[in-house]
Order: sequence, then C-alpha cells, then structure tokens
Amino acid sequence: MTESITSPWDYAPAPESRDVAGLRPSYRMFVDGEFVDGSGQSLTSVNPATEETLAEVAGASAADVDRAVTAARAAFESTWATMPGSERAKYLFRIARLIQERGRELAVLETLDNGKPVKESRDTDVPTAAAHFFHHAGWADKLDHAGYGANPRPLGVAGQVIPWNFPLLMLAWKIAPALACGNTVVLKPAETTPLTALVFAEICQQAGLPAGVVNILPGAGDIGAELVAHPGVDKVAFTGSTEVGKSIQHRLAGTATRLTLELGGKAANIVFDDAPLDQAVEGVVNGGFFNQGHVCCAGSRLLVQESIAEELLDRLRTRVSALRVGDPLDKNTDVGAINSAEQLSRITELADTGEAEGARRWTSPCPLPSQGYFFAPTVFSEVHQSMRVAGEEVFGPVLSVLTFRTPEEAVTKANNTPYGLSAGIWTEKGSRILWAAQRVRAGVVWANTFNRFDPTAPFGGYQESGFGREGGRAGLEAYLDV
Amino acid sequence: MTKTYKLYIGGAFPRSESGRVHPVHDARGRFLANAAQASRKDLRDAVAAARKAFDGWSGATAYNRGQVLFRVAEMLEGRREQFIAETAAVEDLSVEGATAAVDTAIDRMVWYAGWTDKITTVLGTTNPVAGPYFSFSVPEPTGVVGALAPRQSSLLGLLSVVAPVIAAGNTCVVVAGDRALPAITLSEVLATSDLPGGVINLLTGHVAELAPWLATHADVNALDLTGAPETLRPELERSASETVKRVLPVGRGEPDWTREPSLKRLRTFTETKTVWHPVGT
Repeated sequence: MTESITSPWDYAPAPESRDVAGLRPSYRMFVDGEFVDGSGQSLTSVNPATEETLAEVAGASAADVDRAVTAARAAFESTWATMPGSERAKYLFRIARLIQERGRELAVLETLDNGKPVKESRDTDVPTAAAHFFHHAGWADKLDHAGYGANPRPLGVAGQVIPWNFPLLMLAWKIAPALACGNTVVLKPAETTPLTALVFAEICQQAGLPAGVVNILPGAGDIGAELVAHPGVDKVAFTGSTEVGKSIQHRLAGTATRLTLELGGKAANIVFDDAPLDQAVEGVVNGGFFNQGHVCCAGSRLLVQESIAEELLDRLRTRVSALRVGDPLDKNTDVGAINSAEQLSRITELADTGEAEGARRWTSPCPLPSQGYFFAPTVFSEVHQSMRVAGEEVFGPVLSVLTFRTPEEAVTKANNTPYGLSAGIWTEKGSRILWAAQRVRAGVVWANTFNRFDPTAPFGGYQESGFGREGGRAGLEAYLDV
Repeated sequence: MTKTYKLYIGGAFPRSESGRVHPVHDARGRFLANAAQASRKDLRDAVAAARKAFDGWSGATAYNRGQVLFRVAEMLEGRREQFIAETAAVEDLSVEGATAAVDTAIDRMVWYAGWTDKITTVLGTTNPVAGPYFSFSVPEPTGVVGALAPRQSSLLGLLSVVAPVIAAGNTCVVVAGDRALPAITLSEVLATSDLPGGVINLLTGHVAELAPWLATHADVNALDLTGAPETLRPELERSASETVKRVLPVGRGEPDWTREPSLKRLRTFTETKTVWHPVGT
C-alpha cells in the first residue's frame, strides 16, 4: 500500500505573484511613530526557499532599545493609559481592518520571509492575526467584565520577543492584548523574519495610532536580551525556545518585572483503537507537518494503540507521500521551506540520532527543490521513550511514533515529558476524550482535531512549556496589574 | 424632495399592506413626512421574517456577528450628519445635543460589536458537578424579540434596545412610534450594512395599536417594553404570560441612555443551556 503512491500527483504550478508583497530593498525600524535607521548591526533577510537576499533591515542597538522604551513610556503616560477604553478599541478595530485589507500583501511577504506555504499564511496566519486584533478591540472597553475586578490597570511598557515560525500571528498575540489593556509595547521580531512586523508598523501609522504606543526593533538575540532586561520595561512576554525562556526567567528573578513565557513542546497525539482512522490520519499529518513542523504545539509524538498501529502507519505513510513539498509561493504546496540553514542542520542532526538510536526511519519519497532549505517529511516508528527523537523538540517535519496498550499507559506516556503545551486525542468515545483530557498535563487539548487557534480560546503551557496564557479572557491577565 | 418612508421587513422596504400612512411631525408639531402605518398583517410578516432569519443569524459565528455589527457602526458614522439633523428635529435638541446623542449611539454599536464573542466567556461556565461528568452551561439566544422603540431617545435609545438583542444572536421586530424618522434612516443603514435581511425588522405606526399584537403573537419569545406607554405596560405583560415570553424588567420612564449599559439586556435575551457528558475510559 505504501508503494502505490510514490510521487505526488502532478499539479500545474499555481504560483502566487511575489510582486504583491511590495518587497522593498531596505526596511527601517519603527520607534516613536517614525521609521528610523538603527544604530546596530543591520540584518539581511533571506528567502529560505531560494536562499536569495530579500532585503536589508536596520538592526537595533542597546541605545535604540533605550530610545524605544523611553518612547513607549512617554506614550503610556501621556496618551495610551489615560485614553478611554472605547477610544483604544477604535484603533484596534482599525488595525484589524487594515490587516484584512492588506491581507494578500502580508501573506505573500510572510511566505517570502518565512518559507511557509502561501496557503497557510493566507488562510491561517493573516486572518487569525486580524481576528486577534478584532477580538481584543472589543475587550478594551470591557475590562471591568473580564473577571479581574473593577477598573483593572495596565502594567506599563511591555517588552515582547517573538519567534520566526508565525511572525505576524505571534506579533498579534503579543500586541493586541497589550494594547487593549492599555499598555504600550516594544517588540523585537525574530532575526530571520522581521518584514511583516515592519509592514505592521506602517499599519499602525495608517491607523493613526499615537506615536510610541508600538515600537518595532529588529535584531538578533542580543537585542532581545537587552530589551527584556531593560529597567524601563514593566512586563516581558516571550515566545520561543525553552532554553532562552529559562535564561529570561533567570535574568528577571528578583526584579519586579512581570513575565509570561510560551515555550517549546513535545505534544502527544493519542490515537485510540476506535478512532475514525481517516480523520485521525489527517489530524496527525496536520499536527506533525503543518508549517513544516515549526510549531511549538506540534503533535510530534504520535501515540497509537498497538492493535491499530500497523494500519495507521500504512495510511499515514501513504498520506504523507502525497504532501507536496516545494515552492512556498505555489498555492498547492503543503510543506514549504525550513526557515534557515541553521534550523535545517539542527533538524538533520536530531533526525540522524533517531536512526542511530534504533528507530525505523521512513522518508517521504517526494522530490525536493535543488535550491533552498528543505527537509522531506520523515516518520520514525519503533520509537522508545528514551530516544532523543521521543523527548526533544525537533521543530521540523519529523514525527515519532510510539505505541500503547491501555488508556492509562497512553496518558502516562503522554505525560512523560518536561513540556506540557498541547495534546491530541482521537477516539469516537466522548467519555474517553474527557477522561484523557482531564489527565493529560497540557495547556491545550484537541479532540478529534488539531492545531485549532482562536482569539477567544486561551493558549499556553504547563511545566517547561511556559506560563501565562494568550487569548480569551485568561489572556488579559498577562497585561493587567491584577 | 420629500422622501417616501416605508417599513423594513425581511431586508425589503414594503409599504404597509393596509395602504395606511400617518403623518410624522417634528417636536414642534411641524409636518415632516408621511410614514407607513403598519397593520397587524405587517406585524405578522415582520415576525415571520425575524423567525426565518433566526437560524442563520444565531448559527453564524460570534466573530462574524461582531464584524457585521461593527460594519453597522461604520455605516452609521457615514450618515452621521443626517442622523444629527433628524435627531435634532424629532427630539427638539440643539445641534450639540444631537451630535452627542448620535456619537454615543455609534459608540454603543461598537461596544456591542465587541460583545458578540465575549458573552459566552463572561456568562458561561463549566459546572464542577460531584460525579464523573463534564458539565457546562452556555448562554444561547432566546429567539425572536419584540421591542418598542423608546419614546424619547429616537436613535441612541433605539440602538441601545436593538443592539444587545442582535449581539446575543436573536432577531427582532421593532415598533417605532412618533419619533420614527431616525429609526427609518437606521433601517436604510442596516440594509446597506452586512446585516442579513430579517434580523432587524422595523415597523412604523401607532404603538398603542401594534404593541398588543406584538405581545400576543405566539412566535415572539421575548419583549423589551421600554418604549411602552406606562398605562399600556401591565396589559402587555399579561399578554406575554400566555406564551411565557421573557419580559425585560424596566423601571418607570426612560433610563439615562448615555450611561454605559449593564449586561441586563444580554442576560434577559439569552437562555442558559447546560450540557452533561460522562467522563471515563
């Protein structure tokens, strides 16, 4: 059965026009309502699908961090925190609308900069980012009803550092609740994906947002470290690796700075023997390979009940073989480019340990482009819990398959991780879904679906996947002095 | 050129099937226009249109409803000058007073636009029941709501009555009396926003004649009688009991519409649904 489909079906190319992205040769950072030159090391943004240079981007220095934090403080005190919530709401509504209006441009730019398939940036990243602003716009004048007591106050200046896997969406998750609650922000996009954040800065200008409320500082990890440790920052929000998250928590220990962390994960996708198999296969593929597996909540550990393991693996390999890997700008592409050469070598190295440690490696026979950073979807079976591919976050299109016999064993194995961000449960039995959901130590549990995100639904982890939530009523707490 | 003012039913602008019109005057008694005078048949048509629109509107995502309400606010703002002129005429307000009322009305619409996807998180809950069950309770729209437009505040009052009804996912039939001009213009705004036809149906006419028919109509689930004459209210509430309609509790006279509303309207026009499901392997 696995050999019946050895190459993707032929599809005529359906490329999205890169002209839509309005790509410019250089981008500047955004401080106090103006685009300015940075005094730090400038960055070069590369298209990971072609390895060509996209643009030069101004890089921030420690002095720029200081300037931006000062501007954010001034805006906080003079306008933003004192403005009625109903007025803040109107700016956020307008930003949501502007993201929708410029959606196609943002989607193509995101795909160029990040390497993700344009159908994902178009159908997930951009619309969800707009929805996030729309939802939080409505909170700005309803904070009294959010369950934190009457008239909850903002924290002040938020320093926010975001990753490269969902550049615009992570920006929205950070900026929308911060602004709705009355804080001002200094945000550092990831070193490799700063472009949509700088177009967002333009959107802030178009929305007439008061100067200094949003500041965007491109830079590498050192600038992120400057920002989170700046004494003028009242609240730090970080999304990224557990390793960096721990160092930030360590750095802020003993200070009054408030902190929320959204870190790594090694989610279990548990498939019981009564699961609807075709639906489960789709969900497992989505969980493991969506966004090239660059997802902190990726379902990278497949736990399948022993009696159906063989059949599920068969169907899984068939389905994965049909994934189209290649040009992210092609609207038919399912799996795009790995974001950077560095990430590609990390994935390659960790995948090799799987084989070395005795797991059975299966690689999709899909053709890969000759240029750019690509990694063929890979499934490891016969994986044991002690192997690195079972315990460490790969952050790439690599799925590890383990088996279990009883529901108790499934839950025990699912919880055998220092992480706790998300989990998936596949079974037709409702009571079992709820039973497993109660026992799994994870912040988000998807049942008979996977990778669902909505601004009304809080997202965040247990244990070393971080603390604090983003989205919904619970997400507001991170930006209120409560 | 004086415009022809018609009813708004199911997204269309019919004349009254009865062929009746009644003159509308400004606050100083000067003739403004002939508005359609709705009949009992028009009212039944309006309830039928509201019922027909209910499945689609209540079934739409809260996000979608929020965007539609926000669009209505945008359209309202586009007609700001017209609303100011009409509000000033029918309520005998200064331009400043009318401007303040219209701007607050637009803000009210924006406020409720933000409520659509927050009603459930604020009013819903999971229930920590003592047993192996997962139990949760969520607010769901009541159905078709009949409302009488407030007699004093022609636009701000009207929107403050109508917006929570539709924000919560209900559809409605609104009856406007003597100060109907801004209400009629509102129906023209609604028709050019993204609001599906039938979600709001607007009848002009004699409130004392139409209100009892609304209160006795068996397919109306709830009533907002804020705009009812005090003398009429007890009888309308008695009629409501025939089909156990929910009646919004209101005080005497009109509330101060400029104040930020409580959640009372959202609560009154939603039902709490509790769901139980066993937990176990």
